[in-house]
This record gives sequence, structure tokens and C-alpha cells, in this order.
Amino acid sequence: MSTQRPMVELRNIRKSYGTLEVLKGIDLSVERGRIVSIIGPSGSGKSTLLRSVNMLEEVSAGEIWLDGTQVNQPLSGRAFERHINGIRQAMGMVFQQFNLFPHLTVHQNIMIGPMRLKGLSKDAARQRADELLAKVGLTGKGGSYPNRLSGGQKQRVAIARALAMQPKVMLFDEATSALDPELVDEVNLVMKQLAGEHMTMLIVTHEMRFAAEVSDHVLFMDGGVVVEQGTPDRVLANPTEDRTRAFLRKHLSN
Amino acid sequence: MDLELLARIAPFIAEAALVTLELTVVSAVIGLVVSALVVLARFSRLAPLRWAAVAYVSVIRGTPLLVQLFLVFFGGPQLGLDLSPFTAGVLTMGFNIGAYMSEGIRGAILSVERGQSEAARSLGFGRLDTMRYFILPQAAPLMVRSLGVNTIILSKGTALVSTVGVVELTYSAQRLVTSTYKPFEVFAMAGAAYILIIGIISLIVRMVEASFDPSRRAPA
Repeated sequence: MSTQRPMVELRNIRKSYGTLEVLKGIDLSVERGRIVSIIGPSGSGKSTLLRSVNMLEEVSAGEIWLDGTQVNQPLSGRAFERHINGIRQAMGMVFQQFNLFPHLTVHQNIMIGPMRLKGLSKDAARQRADELLAKVGLTGKGGSYPNRLSGGQKQRVAIARALAMQPKVMLFDEATSALDPELVDEVNLVMKQLAGEHMTMLIVTHEMRFAAEVSDHVLFMDGGVVVEQGTPDRVLANPTEDRTRAFLRKHLSN
Repeated sequence: MDLELLARIAPFIAEAALVTLELTVVSAVIGLVVSALVVLARFSRLAPLRWAAVAYVSVIRGTPLLVQLFLVFFGGPQLGLDLSPFTAGVLTMGFNIGAYMSEGIRGAILSVERGQSEAARSLGFGRLDTMRYFILPQAAPLMVRSLGVNTIILSKGTALVSTVGVVELTYSAQRLVTSTYKPFEVFAMAGAAYILIIGIISLIVRMVEASFDPSRRAPA
């Protein structure tokens, strides 16, 4: 039963800012262990969609489900706070701008969630942090402050910070867009490694090659709707829609 | 310059300077409490609380401190609020500076990048924990600087309570002038005393600020 339940499910998601509708009814189902990439021009609504999954953006209509629990439950005040904080603990998020906590060391950045929210002891949290730092190739950087790290290192710490909560799903919001070109690979490598471990991932990206390599499923969005979706082979190599073709032509020529 | 006169009035100035310092400290403490409450209201989920905070700050900022002081000291008894000059002074100044301090604290909080609270929330931290562990520590240096500036403004503002009869630096200097007929020496000395007080406040602010500065932390 539970293996058939999608890990993430979006049903008819709509979102408006005033009269401007940026998501016009999106459906998406992500099975456990699958990797879905969302591509599309800027302003297509892809980041907004991703941020709706953990409700950093509030949707106007539709349902969001995580592993059989509705994310956007109609609760109010404190009850909703409690509910959404629990849900968010199960969803790791990686941001374009890293958003590491500059007043905390790398160790503290990774440990604070497990310690404060999951009651892990300092020793246990430290051990988990060191394991994750090893995993992202940053052994020995635990004592550094974020301003001592390169962009690629920052993003890898951000991934370790998210993983420290042992999430069921990882959300990547243009994780490599703010990086210098030579630093992109080290972050992509970590993401590929996660893919190899069957982490369920939703990836908003501008990198078609990377999307083709890691994704099971690709969603092309434009103007708040899903224009085309399917396997990377289908969507990226043999798109049927004109809008997809035009977008890919522009992106692959760069 | 009459040096002998300076030596003679120094004890009076020193005593009055202590009153000014006391006015400043007590008002600043009241101001801190008031500003904390105003900021809490300002960031509250309840709209009426937010409106009340905005209204409070606008009223305080929209009227002269002297008018507020007269309102409390002379108008208070009409409402059964019969306060001593000192109490009326520190209450008025505390509630006054509290409004300005709250704006400084709010500005410092808003100066922390939005991505910081998004990162904390995405980990599962609640609103209050996000403030406590991530936003306030980052806002602290700016907050301290702005509280320091307000306290310095406050320390000079205490001169106004001379008008309701508190014998602080300014009032004491005026009295010394009437007995010595040497306004230049007396007011110069009073001015020097203010500079000393403000120097002490600046020093404390700088020390607290430095203790927050992450660049001064030893890189590990």
C-alpha cells in the first residue's frame, strides 16, 4: 500500500498575486525515490511551484500532499504552525542563494536543526554533521564560518544542513544558478550522489544537461501551466510542443 | 576663564551630572521595555495590535517631547496622576524614546535577509524560534548601534526636564549662573559634563557591539 502512495502529490495547484495568476492548475505526482526536474523560462512559475510544496508560498487553491499527509491543511494559528513545522522537517530545501546562517559555524549550521527540533544530543548531532560533511566532501570545514567558504562549498553545506533533518524529500530551487561555472560541478556531483541513494527530489533548474542526466521525469512549465512532461528523453530530446522546442533551442545554444 | 570659579562650581556640576545620568539610565530602561513591547505588537499576527503599535509610534514622533512632558506633568493631576518632577520626567522620556527605539529594533530585524528566515522555516523552525536563533542574533549589532544612538539623544533630551523643576545638569547650571554671573564658565563646564556622559555611553555601546561582531571571532 504505502509503496504505491506518491511521496509528493500536487493536485490542481493555483496561485495568484492579486489579479495575476502565476500557477494555473498544476498536477504533479512524484513517486518515492524519483527525481523530477522542473524547467522553464524565468517567470514561468517553476520556483513558485517548488516553494508551494513546503508552503513557503501559500497557494490559492489545490491540494499538496506529502507521503499521505495533506500539507496545506485548513488549520489556523498555532495548530497550523505546529502542523507545517512538522511537515517542513520532513522536506529539505536548498536555495539559490544558499542562505547559510552567517553567525553560525558550518557545524552549528548543520547541527542546530537536529538539536533544537529533533532533540538530538550535541554529540549525536556533531557526529551526524561530520558524516554529512564527509559525504559532501567538506571534512574538516566544520569550524569555519560561511563567509570563509566558496559558493560551491556553501551550497554543499546547505545540502548537508537540509539532509541533517533526514528528510523524505529534497527540494532544490536553482541550486547552482548563483555559482561560478567552475563550481557548478561539485554541487551537481553531490546531487547525483543523492540521486544514486534514491532520495526523492524535486529540482528546479536551468541546466538542461544535468536535468537530462539525473531526472526520471521532466516538467516543462511556461506561463503558469505545464506545457509538456515526460521522461527526459521525451521532453528534452524529442519535444512535441513548439514552446518547449523554442525554449530548448535558446538554452542549448548558450 | 576664572579657574578658581571652575573649581568652586565643580562639585555642584558633578552632583547634577549624576542626576542627569540617573534620568538617562532610568528612562533608557523604561524605553527598552516599551520598545520591546511595541516591536512584539508590530510583528504580531493580530492586526489590532499592529495598528496600535503604529499609532503609538506616530503620536510620539508627531509631537514635541516638551509638549508630552507638560501634558504628563501639568495635565496629569487633572486625571488624578500626580507625579513628582523626576517620575514624570523619566516616564515621559522612557515612553518617548521607547517609540524611537522600537523603530530602530524593527529596522534591524528587517535588515536581515529574507532568505534567512526562509531557510529557518524550511528546516521546520517556528516563528518565535526563527526570531530567537536566527534573526535576532544577526540583527543584534545594528540593534545595539541604534539603541546607543537613541540613548545618546535621550541623555541630551534630559535637559528638558529642567523645565518642570528637576535639578539636573542644565537646571543646576542655570542656578549657578544666577549666583556667579559667569554664564560662559558655568555652561562650558555643564557642556563638558554632557560630553563625558555621552562618552561613557558610546564606550559601552562600542564594547557591546564588538562582542557581537562575527569578524572579531577567532576563525576556527
